Amino acid sequence: MTEVRFTVNGTAQCVEVEPRLTLADMLREECGLTGTHLGCEHGVCGACTVLMDGLPVRSCLVFGVQAEGAEIRTVEGLAAADGTLNVLQRAFQAQHGLQCGFCTPGFLMLATWLLEQKEGVDEARLREVLASNLCRCTGYQNILAAVRVAAQEIRVWREG
Amino acid sequence: MNWVGRRLPRSEDPPLLRGEGRYVPDIAIGARAVRFLRSPVAAGRILALRPPAEMPPGCLFVTGADMAGVQPIKPGLRRFNYRAVEQPVLPTERVHFVGQAIAAMVAPSAALAEDLLETCELDIAAEDPVVGFDAALTPGAPLVHPIAPGNVAVEGELRPEGFAETLAAAAHVVEFAFRSGRQSAMPLEGRGGVAEYDRATGRIRLSASAQMPHQLRTGIAQLLGMPEADLQVIAPDVGGGFGQKIALLPEYPVLVWLARKHRGRFAWVEDRNENLIASAHSRDQRHALRAGFDAEGRLLALEADILADVGAFSVFPTTCAVEPLMALAEYPGPYKVPAYAVRARGVLTHTCPMAPYRGVSRPVITFGIERLMDRAAAVLGLAPDEIRRRNLHDAFPARSATGMVLDEASYIEALDEAMRILDVPAFRARQEAARAEGRYLGLGLSVFNERTGYGTPAFAARSMDVVPGYEVVDIAMLPSGEVEARIGSSPHGQGLRTTLSQIIADRLGLDPGAIRIIHGDTDRTPYGWGSFASRSLVIGGGACQVAADRLADKLRRGAARLLQCEPSEVALRDGQAVAGAASMPIAELARLAHQRSELLSDAIGFNLAETGQYDPGGTFSNACHAAIVEVEAETGHVRVERYLVVEDAGRIINPMIADGQVQGGVAQGIANALFEEVIYAPDGTPLTGTLADYTPPTCAEIPEIEIHHLETISEATITGAKGLGEGGSIGAPAAIVNAISDALSPFGVDVAEFPATPPRIRALIRGRAPRA
Ligand code: FES
Ligand code: FES
Repeated sequence: MTEVRFTVNGTAQCVEVEPRLTLADMLREECGLTGTHLGCEHGVCGACTVLMDGLPVRSCLVFGVQAEGAEIRTVEGLAAADGTLNVLQRAFQAQHGLQCGFCTPGFLMLATWLLEQKEGVDEARLREVLASNLCRCTGYQNILAAVRVAAQEIRVWREG
Repeated sequence: MNWVGRRLPRSEDPPLLRGEGRYVPDIAIGARAVRFLRSPVAAGRILALRPPAEMPPGCLFVTGADMAGVQPIKPGLRRFNYRAVEQPVLPTERVHFVGQAIAAMVAPSAALAEDLLETCELDIAAEDPVVGFDAALTPGAPLVHPIAPGNVAVEGELRPEGFAETLAAAAHVVEFAFRSGRQSAMPLEGRGGVAEYDRATGRIRLSASAQMPHQLRTGIAQLLGMPEADLQVIAPDVGGGFGQKIALLPEYPVLVWLARKHRGRFAWVEDRNENLIASAHSRDQRHALRAGFDAEGRLLALEADILADVGAFSVFPTTCAVEPLMALAEYPGPYKVPAYAVRARGVLTHTCPMAPYRGVSRPVITFGIERLMDRAAAVLGLAPDEIRRRNLHDAFPARSATGMVLDEASYIEALDEAMRILDVPAFRARQEAARAEGRYLGLGLSVFNERTGYGTPAFAARSMDVVPGYEVVDIAMLPSGEVEARIGSSPHGQGLRTTLSQIIADRLGLDPGAIRIIHGDTDRTPYGWGSFASRSLVIGGGACQVAADRLADKLRRGAARLLQCEPSEVALRDGQAVAGAASMPIAELARLAHQRSELLSDAIGFNLAETGQYDPGGTFSNACHAAIVEVEAETGHVRVERYLVVEDAGRIINPMIADGQVQGGVAQGIANALFEEVIYAPDGTPLTGTLADYTPPTCAEIPEIEIHHLETISEATITGAKGLGEGGSIGAPAAIVNAISDALSPFGVDVAEFPATPPRIRALIRGRAPRA
């Protein structure tokens, strides 16, 4: 067992894990943060996407021990403490960007990162980045629309 | 206020968006982990099966021998030469496909269970496997199951008298033979379950990622010979199903058996490899069509020879007949087919069994008949839309060649609308110009109908031992005025909580927020079927409407008593019971009905509970899909430039949700047309065991999907809604491949296999020069 210290959504964590435990399993099983989902565990679907030191990572491809000292952000950190949805989450609901919801946390975290990039987002960049993840239900159109609307709302959208 | 027809945001969404959904893998945390030892070979005899010499504390190894007395899975069908193949929950003698579960390993963690599986002793004497139609149907081929001679598990045939003469007399006979690649529904969340023993009651609670919780309960109780009342099945949040999660596959009875025997909590979470090789597949079919047309392009006779690979077993409760028999019954689709002859066979092979997947056989038969129409159009010198127009049903109700009643629909209107939107002449000019530059554009059409919302009679006609169909809804108004509706259906992403609340809200004059839809728990919902076959909104929605109308009636009678008027004078709206100038809040009425029953009981009895049942005969949605693609001749790569859907699903309850269903379905259909295929090596080893091999598309491959609605209100359903869950995936393969064939027409080739992957397209045109 190895001790790992890191923060999740701003809260300090200290857990003891087997070195082979993935970051995804560590978040889910040791931190109780089950919002991060596993759709493949081999790095293709992106359902497990979280932000690690500001960058999106596939948490199924990162070992928990690699998170030592890292700042992790997960879907549970997006809404306000009272549960109020943030701009991006609201756009997903308004644009019907989710059906079964299994891919949603991964898309939300990927899009969170995208919207925070200072160069802004245009149509080409939007498609390029969101093509990282898989959704089986929506056909993607409404996921793209949701992120587009959120980008417009926070004024980082660039007409291509 | 009318709620039906509005783009109401889904009440399902906020918890899912906060990461607060509860899916099976979330419930599994802390349970004893179960992993399965799976067969590495397609066919063989089990010689030895032993756990590791040293089993750590808390670990268990369970084989079929330990589960003696448990019945094999054996779904039944009473016609069509059906061979009742039995599937042992865990086999003790033979294995029949790569990935078949042979034994269960239990450990405190999944990782440890997998470690232990590495050192189990499994000795199998491999035998020659039967893989693919040719191997299975060769005379003298080894038999997958001795009970099924010739490896045919089910066979249906229709051949009206005089058929051959009708075909022979046709001015033109057009043939088309094709293959459809094997698919996986591939829900993003795999299957999985958590079975927990309750010491206080002796009951088991199984939480499963399932589409049919009531059937799972009945089926498992039968297999294990346990009291059904001792089993509660819950479908919590379910990460997609698309048909794959209808099946009662062996892992679930093993979990329940473990929980009962060892009085604990056991969880299995399917991994992606298991999902792709051992969950359930679909649509591995080969069809040969012959059609006779008169000189004007009218279809006179259609003959179909259908082969469906059903894998190694028959899945409960749908049976392995579901694909071949649906193809048999529904091939003529929206077309007038005066003479129809068909033979459909389900062929056993040493591969993963088949379960329904969104559209079941209809993407395949629509592909067949729509390619055939294009071929015939070319032979007859007609435009693709024109030959369709000449053959589509245009008077309703119509009767199909197999006796199905086609209710009021808009087959020709949908086609006309699509042609209008597309501006075909402009496209043809663009296509012409592009060809001059060596670029190949194509336009493809797909016109189809989708049998939806069919109840008991339709399923009974198939002669299945388990006949699905009806839905029951228990509705009750609480003393607070809130409404609970308990439904037998079990949604998994369709937004049924929202749409059903819209239907009920309108009947009761309430806000949808006051209505809770309770589903997916056998302890809390009436016996019912589930969400599949585009039925939940039609049948579950119909039952909600019936139940809500009864409750509304009761509320009107109660209000009439208190407002001193006739029930017929009472209207329920905006949360009030209104009679002329007098009114009272419905919530106050609800309180009095429960807590001051002496005021009301002689008018309405003692509670505000009602039941609604609905069992319709079925209806047909319809659509015309059109695709414009560009095929890159050098690489065989296909880009979908435009995708248009004109569809008619009757009354739309929530347009936002309806469009989402269409978009998702089309994306799966495009995937089916271009990308995804489950591939086996000749020895029965699956070669597509990861998502990187199965290649589902991302948003880079799926275009914007343009949707236009027509709304034909037929008498066939009480809500006017026709159901549209599967249509998207039904129409897309034909539209896309017709477009590819149109694009490649200068090369004089014809696409007869899908997915139309780049290597397949390259193989077609390699060495051919385009005609100028
Ligand atoms: S679960 Fe990590 S990429 Fe699929
Ligand atoms: S909403 Fe189901 S996988 Fe995306």
